[in-house]
Amino acid sequence: MLDIRVPVGVMFGAMGALLTGYGALGDQSIYGRSLGINVNLVWGGVLLAFAACLLILSARARSRRGNKP
Amino acid sequence: MTLTWLDWLLMLVYFAFVLGIGFALKSKTRTSSAFFQAGRAIPAWVCGLAFISANLGAQEIIGMAASGAKYGIATSHFYWVGAIPAMVFLGIFMMPFYYGSRARSVPEYLRLRFDEKTRAFNAVSFALMTVFSSGISMYAMAKLLQILRVFDAPFAALGIGPEYIFHIAVVSSAVVVLVYVLLGGLSSAIYNEVLQFFLIVAGFAPLVYLGLRDAGGWSGIVRTVPPGFTHAWIGLGSASTNPMGVNAFGVAMGLGFVLSFGYWCTDFLVVQRAMAADSMTAARRTPLIAAFPKMLFPFLVILPGLIALSVHGGVVPVKMYEGTTTVVMDALGKPQLDYDLTAPTLMLRYFPTGMLGLGLTALLASFMSGMAGNVTAFNTVWTYDIYQAYLRPSASDAHYLWIGRMATVFGIAASVLTAYVAAQFNNIMDVLQLVFAFVNAPLLATFLLGMFWKRTTGHGAFSGLVAGTCAAALHHGLTLPTGAIAGVKGGWLGSVASYPSEMAQNFWTATDAWTVCFLVTIAVSLMTQPREERELVGLVYSLTERPRDAQLPWHRRPVVLGVVVLASTMLLNVIFF
Repeated sequence: MLDIRVPVGVMFGAMGALLTGYGALGDQSIYGRSLGINVNLVWGGVLLAFAACLLILSARARSRRGNKP
Repeated sequence: MTLTWLDWLLMLVYFAFVLGIGFALKSKTRTSSAFFQAGRAIPAWVCGLAFISANLGAQEIIGMAASGAKYGIATSHFYWVGAIPAMVFLGIFMMPFYYGSRARSVPEYLRLRFDEKTRAFNAVSFALMTVFSSGISMYAMAKLLQILRVFDAPFAALGIGPEYIFHIAVVSSAVVVLVYVLLGGLSSAIYNEVLQFFLIVAGFAPLVYLGLRDAGGWSGIVRTVPPGFTHAWIGLGSASTNPMGVNAFGVAMGLGFVLSFGYWCTDFLVVQRAMAADSMTAARRTPLIAAFPKMLFPFLVILPGLIALSVHGGVVPVKMYEGTTTVVMDALGKPQLDYDLTAPTLMLRYFPTGMLGLGLTALLASFMSGMAGNVTAFNTVWTYDIYQAYLRPSASDAHYLWIGRMATVFGIAASVLTAYVAAQFNNIMDVLQLVFAFVNAPLLATFLLGMFWKRTTGHGAFSGLVAGTCAAALHHGLTLPTGAIAGVKGGWLGSVASYPSEMAQNFWTATDAWTVCFLVTIAVSLMTQPREERELVGLVYSLTERPRDAQLPWHRRPVVLGVVVLASTMLLNVIFF
């Protein structure tokens, strides 16, 4: 069956990259509404970390399965 | 607040992935068992997250924030009283029968345990309920997207008026769900529900963080909202001292027992996710795994309601007559609040472009997961319990697979129709509870007696169900919440009694329906011939060997998980007492 960690990980990776990218490079004047916090940068980073965890877990599971006789 | 390319791109990424999962599973969906039961090959944690996500439809996300603003933290009773204990009971005591009997659906279990007529009654009422429920979900979300006005500008740029946003929202999400369910059936729905689960958390967690920060933390909320709103139990001593208008007995019996066990333990929409698990232990662990995130969800979906009440003197918008700027007044001449707009209003308030796209995607995801949950349950019950049972019993597997796909198309089309019909209620959750009171509350008595009392007969179960459903209708027809007008809200047979709130009325409707079904089932069973005991092995508790968990490591044993879940829930109740 499909390992759902892969599509979820890739999707959050893409979304996290978009958010952090915009948070770092985009208009900095829009964060008044989010109480002065660059929420795109911060939350984008969290999503990237989550995506990385899922993909690492999935890769480990795959290699463990691959090592089995 | 207008959407930028970034928001659209985030939504696009989401659509690409949900459809992609459907296409990836297409080649694996060649038999009816793969389509309707996901081949019974899904790991427990995936089923667990799908189990909670299928229930986390738009009405849950919108309705819980709405109730949070309307009734306060006592809304968490829908989780800590109204869900967790029932989920634990399902995992420990009921899954062995659902999974072990090899029934393919809940109505099919009723046929194995009782008879054809009981199954038919349940199959038909359940099929109607799923379509209704999915239609309401659709209506809620489309309406919301329209009222939010974030789509006005981009649509105007394309020459489309704002009045079309509702139609486009309904049709486009219906088409996406249709495509991924058609392609991959239940597996596709389940895997997408996992993705949607994470997305909902990702969209709501920052909202709660920003809202809490703005409100000055929990203590800031406690200072600014009415005192009854921040305690789950204090005030429940009497119906008149809490915003819900229900006393502790009403909550414990109506919600904690009848509605909650009726939904979580018998509703095929959620049970189907556990039945898709790859083993008996996995099936039993499914609702228990789901219980962990479920008990924390009040912080994600109810807290926004309290935040909206607390910040800047309250930001829940007033309700307007459709298409006008005229404010809707209640019977006392005060402006009515549009509670359903609570969560999205906060999003528009706190989220800049980027996060707003993610937040809207989370709303769309909740909407689709709820709809796909209903549609997959509907197509299975229609195909196995109505079509195969009564219309064409011995056709080829390919034929049933085709019928299942057609049922998916039909179910979604019927939901779209329902979405256009459902437009009268202020708080969607109340409507849904009403439907559950009619259908699920009596059913719980049938299942409890069927699984735990071998003397229960088919005639008893059937007459109990009919009597219980009639009792629900009668109770609803004779009572009315204070201030409501007779009609869909009750009192259509004449108003004998009134309740302080719709929620109180629903709890008592459910309790009455359950009691009548329970008593009638027992009475008729005692008067009719029971089935031979050997026919009931695997279907009734006292005649079925208990599943052995001794070989499992302790953290995988359902009973251990159940105890941990219940203890944590108790702790939450104490903290927010």
